[in-house]
Amino acid sequence: MIEAVGLTKRYGDKTAVYNLSFQVRPGAVTGFLGPNGSGKSTTMRMILGLDNPTAGTVTIGGYPYRRLPNAPRQVGALLDAKAVHGGRSARNHLLCLAQLSGIPARRVDEVLGVVGLQGVAKKRSKGFSLGMGQRLGIAAALLGDPQVLLFDEPVNGLDPEGILWVRNLMKALAAEGRTVFVSSHLMSEMALTADHLIVIGRGQLLADMSVTDFISANSADFARVRTPDAEPQLREKLTAALTEAGGHVLPEQDGALRVTGLPLPRISDLAHEADVRLWELSPHQASLEEAYMRMTQGAVDYRSTTDQKAGLMQPLPPGAQPPVPVPGQGQPGWYAPPPPQQGGQPFAPPQGPPQGAPGQPAAGPYGAPGAGAPNPYGAPAAGGPGAGGPNPYAQAAPPSAPAEPTSAAEPTSAADSTKPEDAR
Amino acid sequence: MSTPQSPMPQAAPTWQAAPGSAFPSYTSPIPVVRTHLGHALASEWTKIKSVRSTMWTLGVFVLLVIGIGLLTGAVVVNSSADLSGNENPLALGFFGLLLGSICVMTLGVLTTASEYGTGMIRTTMTACPSRGRVLAAKAIVFFLVAFTVSLVSTALVALAQTAMLDGTHARQPTGAEWFKATVGVSLYMALLGLLSLVIGSVLRHSAGAITIMIGVVLAPLVIALFMFARSLEKVRQALFEYSIPNQLSVFYSNSLSQSGPSGWDPLWIILGTTAVAFAGAWALLQKRDV
Repeated sequence: MIEAVGLTKRYGDKTAVYNLSFQVRPGAVTGFLGPNGSGKSTTMRMILGLDNPTAGTVTIGGYPYRRLPNAPRQVGALLDAKAVHGGRSARNHLLCLAQLSGIPARRVDEVLGVVGLQGVAKKRSKGFSLGMGQRLGIAAALLGDPQVLLFDEPVNGLDPEGILWVRNLMKALAAEGRTVFVSSHLMSEMALTADHLIVIGRGQLLADMSVTDFISANSADFARVRTPDAEPQLREKLTAALTEAGGHVLPEQDGALRVTGLPLPRISDLAHEADVRLWELSPHQASLEEAYMRMTQGAVDYRSTTDQKAGLMQPLPPGAQPPVPVPGQGQPGWYAPPPPQQGGQPFAPPQGPPQGAPGQPAAGPYGAPGAGAPNPYGAPAAGGPGAGGPNPYAQAAPPSAPAEPTSAAEPTSAADSTKPEDAR
Repeated sequence: MSTPQSPMPQAAPTWQAAPGSAFPSYTSPIPVVRTHLGHALASEWTKIKSVRSTMWTLGVFVLLVIGIGLLTGAVVVNSSADLSGNENPLALGFFGLLLGSICVMTLGVLTTASEYGTGMIRTTMTACPSRGRVLAAKAIVFFLVAFTVSLVSTALVALAQTAMLDGTHARQPTGAEWFKATVGVSLYMALLGLLSLVIGSVLRHSAGAITIMIGVVLAPLVIALFMFARSLEKVRQALFEYSIPNQLSVFYSNSLSQSGPSGWDPLWIILGTTAVAFAGAWALLQKRDV
């Protein structure tokens, strides 16, 4: 149990964290989200007693970290995979940490096995890849077999097998009754791993709720309705009928209608009464990424702008068209489009996963990396976005989207994937 | 247990409403021991012996002390200049040790500052939140290592030099002189290294701390060289006398001047300086963010 009360940290006149109060409960994976520079790492450092809070307190199991008896046996942390002396071998690095808290040396070999670094235990960590460094950091966190675990961006640089392993590891640790507090920027990963979310922006608490609550509280769920393309008068008719019934209707660029405020059966009934045929009537629920983007829009400190290259651009040759900007570049207020689908079949049955059934990869046995489970990443990769197409970048497709359960369950229109949805 | 001040109270999940004490908990099968300085010492010993910089700096130190010691011995034996009079043959070890001090200081700085440079300090301080214990363990381990290595190399070079100069007119050193030129000077070396370790802990920057320490050793002599003004004569004299090379030479009873520190004075000076610096570093370590 981690408990922060009124936690505040100022560096000079910059306030990194302001009046942050939250609890992290045992037995669940708690995700810690926020834009870059929002104070996540500062908060983690204050939890670990590395930085002293300007005001407020943070305790673990009732004690401030620096007063915990044998702290590493109660709290394990991965703060920064680079926080090792590169000249020391992986085993010696872990050994010196083990000795510091009186952990028997054989535990070092155990955790090296757990993270899969036995083969390079004697190698200097300077030569480690980012993923190997991350594994070493996770090994250090697991060393004391602690009750509370903190991970700052644990999947950075890991390979797909490693990401799956970390995901299962987090869940397994939480299932054992431990407190697991994970920060990450990978929303698809958080959607699969975390049970609970703490979201901060500009150092202040934005949300402290379960993942499902977070998604529904921060996204407008809507129904997408499509009438026959060739008969625009049907669309007008349906729009009028729906508006009359109290619905809110927004036209989409490709002719579909986005309806809020009416349940799906009601829309169907209204269409039937108005004598309008429907080509599509589908529910749309936002992904965690979308909900997160929506919530943190106002709290983003570091936002990219369009690369102007003012005065540096060659004049376009006569007749050439300037390139169409990719959505999301330097457009304030933009947030992620819903997960894209394989185009061309807006009537895919909602119950069947559209991509050759990758299923939910989280079903593997906890804590056992790759134990007999077929590689869940193989299937989506085969039919991935733009496979064999002339321009794989034409579709703004997040590569991990096919593995996301929400996108697998609720197909949406492919046409949406390339345009911003700030019309909502 | 107070409930979190959630800005969105409608979103309280079901499990948060669970009774306060009914949380699941996990107990490790590995026995939890009470940690003390001994654990930190074992850890620091593992650390210092598992990086190459230790081997390099100490290797170069031994090489400099013994190599230059033997070289000066050979030069003196083969030259016409004789060490008649009251010359102490052990004094020939001085030059090697003066150069070797740079290695000891470098190792001292690296013991603390390299942890800041690599970020390892965050891992260390997470694994041992008693920061003072870490600093104390580092200091003890480093001091013992530096002292042992200095003692072995100064003793070796002293034995070799007295043996080489046996045929010349140099006198046999007394027991007290032997003690000062081996144990005394090794203590001084180890303390000088310890001061560097402390400076490294305060500055948290390897290159900066090494530069400062080399400056501390060399600057007084260099500055004194250019103090021509008569009004500065006293300052100049003090700078000469209390410069670290001169203090070091006191152990070989051939000070540059007749006044100034003598006997075991240099040891007390460096001991006091290091103790004050250590206290400062300790206080800073407790107060500062890692």
